Amino acid sequence: MSERARLTDMMKGQKGIVLSVKGRGAYGKRIRDMGVVPGAHVLVEGEAPLGDPIEIKVMGYNLTLRRSEAENIIVELEP
Amino acid sequence: MTELLSSFDIPGLTIALAGNPNSGKTTVFNELTGAHQHVGNYPGVTVEKKSGFLRRDGETFEVVDLPGTYSLTAYSQEELVARSFLVDERPDVVIDVVDASNLERNLNLAVQLMEMGVPLVIALNMVDTARGRGLVIDEKALSDVLGVPVVPTVGSKGEGIDLLIETAVSVARGVGSWKPADISYGREMDEALVDLHAAVVEEKLSGDRYEPRWLAIKLLEQDEDLTAMVARSSASSRALGIVRKVAHHVEVTLDDTPENLISDYRFAFASSVVKSCLARPREDRRNLSDRIDAVLTHRLGGPVFLFVVLWFVYRFTFTASEWPVLGLDMLFGWAHRAVESAMPAGLLRSLVVSGVIDGVGGVLSFVPLIMFMFFFTAILEDSGYMARMAFIMDRVLRVFGMHGNSMLALIVSGGIAGGCAVPGIMATRTLRDPRERIVTILVAPLLNCGAKLPIYLLLTAAFFPAYRGEIMLLLTLIAWLFVALAAMLIRSTILRGKPSPFVMELPPYRIPTVKGLFIHMWERTWEYVKKAGTILLAISILLWALMTFPGLSREQEQRLVDRGATEGELAQERLATSAAGRIGGALEHVTGPLMGFDWRTDVALVGGFAAKEVIVTTMGTAYSLGEVDASGSTQLAGRLQREPGWSGLTAFALMIFTMLYAPCLATVVVIRRETGSVRWAVFSVVFNTLLATLVTTAIVQLGRLVGLGG
Repeated sequence: MSERARLTDMMKGQKGIVLSVKGRGAYGKRIRDMGVVPGAHVLVEGEAPLGDPIEIKVMGYNLTLRRSEAENIIVELEP
Repeated sequence: MTELLSSFDIPGLTIALAGNPNSGKTTVFNELTGAHQHVGNYPGVTVEKKSGFLRRDGETFEVVDLPGTYSLTAYSQEELVARSFLVDERPDVVIDVVDASNLERNLNLAVQLMEMGVPLVIALNMVDTARGRGLVIDEKALSDVLGVPVVPTVGSKGEGIDLLIETAVSVARGVGSWKPADISYGREMDEALVDLHAAVVEEKLSGDRYEPRWLAIKLLEQDEDLTAMVARSSASSRALGIVRKVAHHVEVTLDDTPENLISDYRFAFASSVVKSCLARPREDRRNLSDRIDAVLTHRLGGPVFLFVVLWFVYRFTFTASEWPVLGLDMLFGWAHRAVESAMPAGLLRSLVVSGVIDGVGGVLSFVPLIMFMFFFTAILEDSGYMARMAFIMDRVLRVFGMHGNSMLALIVSGGIAGGCAVPGIMATRTLRDPRERIVTILVAPLLNCGAKLPIYLLLTAAFFPAYRGEIMLLLTLIAWLFVALAAMLIRSTILRGKPSPFVMELPPYRIPTVKGLFIHMWERTWEYVKKAGTILLAISILLWALMTFPGLSREQEQRLVDRGATEGELAQERLATSAAGRIGGALEHVTGPLMGFDWRTDVALVGGFAAKEVIVTTMGTAYSLGEVDASGSTQLAGRLQREPGWSGLTAFALMIFTMLYAPCLATVVVIRRETGSVRWAVFSVVFNTLLATLVTTAIVQLGRLVGLGG
């Protein structure tokens, strides 16, 4: 099995598949409604000039979220 | 528009427009309704309600533009509003505007609409962009697998709109009852839903408002709004019992919630739909938008570009509106003089001239500013750059309890000296979290708007003539400092709460449509004129009365004239004996010892509550110089220099006080309107005035302690 990581630990340009999204209620739901669900392919696009928030590509569009929120997303890294 | 139409047309069908933000929904709405739009609010909330009329073959249809949402939960006002509208108003047909290049995520909402059972038509929008990105969607397959008609459209070019209308009308005519779609959420949830559905029907929980299957899904998701509704009607509901049991089981076995499971399955369904109708190339290819972003959100280039854009917006708004503002000023100046010469001197003339004409002029002089500001805001929003501004600034603003989206509002309000809090506060509409929005609204008036500049210029000319530039820069920095401090204070006390999640789409860059920009600008401007105008006029008349009554009696006036008083001295005496003058006199007991302000400054500050420009003009009257124009007369500056009570310290204190104290009336009215509560408007007046008094007192007392001023 390949390597797991938190979304925040991924480097710019790295790809992965979402394994799980922790977090409940408004936050957990919101992040899912934006397409970050288990099985979704993600690509880290970069980060804001001050290092936070980060930007990812998911389901073919660009999404930004704070590091504190991205921490709860566990990803299986693509080689 | 509404009233006009309804007098001879009774709308036949209601068409609701749903869709994700950035799906081009507004463009489709504009295409459907043209200029026949009506903007209002949904009852009880600040969510904007837009509706319009569509005429076709002699029939009129009402089109309601629901708020753009990604989902239909109870977590956000917009989603709740959209969902309540569908449930309560039962539109005849719902058009879901779907972004063709972002099908999977957009279908999440479509699936939820299908779960509700609404009669649905999908507008597969911006198919041209999708095709350009190599995404070819088989509409027929999509329509077959969903069981919903699909019409490809390009909203910005009006393509496919006719077919969309035709399809929507025929769907609306064809439906009998609503048919909630039966989607699988995995074995466990499906089994629970069968029981739950039965319980909902048995306990008659859904009434005639809800479809039982949909209510069952929402209860299983532990939707706050609907769970509370059911709990109110029967606390020992069997349905709620089932939900508790399932939720507990999911918690123990999967460490998750039914809501999350259902979401994941919904997306799995959407993915399978997409697979069946889309030959998808690998989507990791960097598109044009990504390449633009590589520059515009660059570590160094990004912030530089951001400030250039802000500077340009701000400069251009104030430069472009200079002539129209001047024109309006001249028009009202002319009306002022015309009425003055046409009417006999007396109270009525004073009321018409100072109360009504100057009051209406005060309201209207903001209009060109607001128009340009909304025009640029619309460009920033529609092009997709607004989202990048928030992305870049979020880290900084979060420290102070604000949000990336607060940036524009603060800049417009006077973050670069010379803005205006009225359009600034209206620009906070892009903030979704109510606490972050209110704190931004509350701190925005602390910045240096254009109306505060005349008093700064006057006092700098009188007391710090060698340091004009430095003083302006210092005042700008001080204003930002207080914005940050006040925001932190407010967010850690009365508006305490976690920062709202910053999970935001960065939409692809797009060229805004001209039609969209103008509709946007026009409707916002008109709204301001209509609502703020009426209240402001009333208050400006009230202030006129305060500064006029009781005034001098005929004998007192005659006595002064006999003593050879000049017109200026008369005006000073009239002001001193008015209610406002007496308030100033009373305030002197407090402001004198604390801040070194005498009654003349106080009455000017009371007048400045109407509009900050009035401070200079009122001081002119109070120092019996007759008419002083707002640009700060050198005569008044000279007079202040010679006044024994005045020193550099007093001047600096007055500048800081002017910066921080109660926002002007126009702003207070807008705060009331935008927060939907008088409470926040009152809070803003009290809080800012207290802050100003505290800070100014500290400056003066410390200054005196170290031997400044005299």
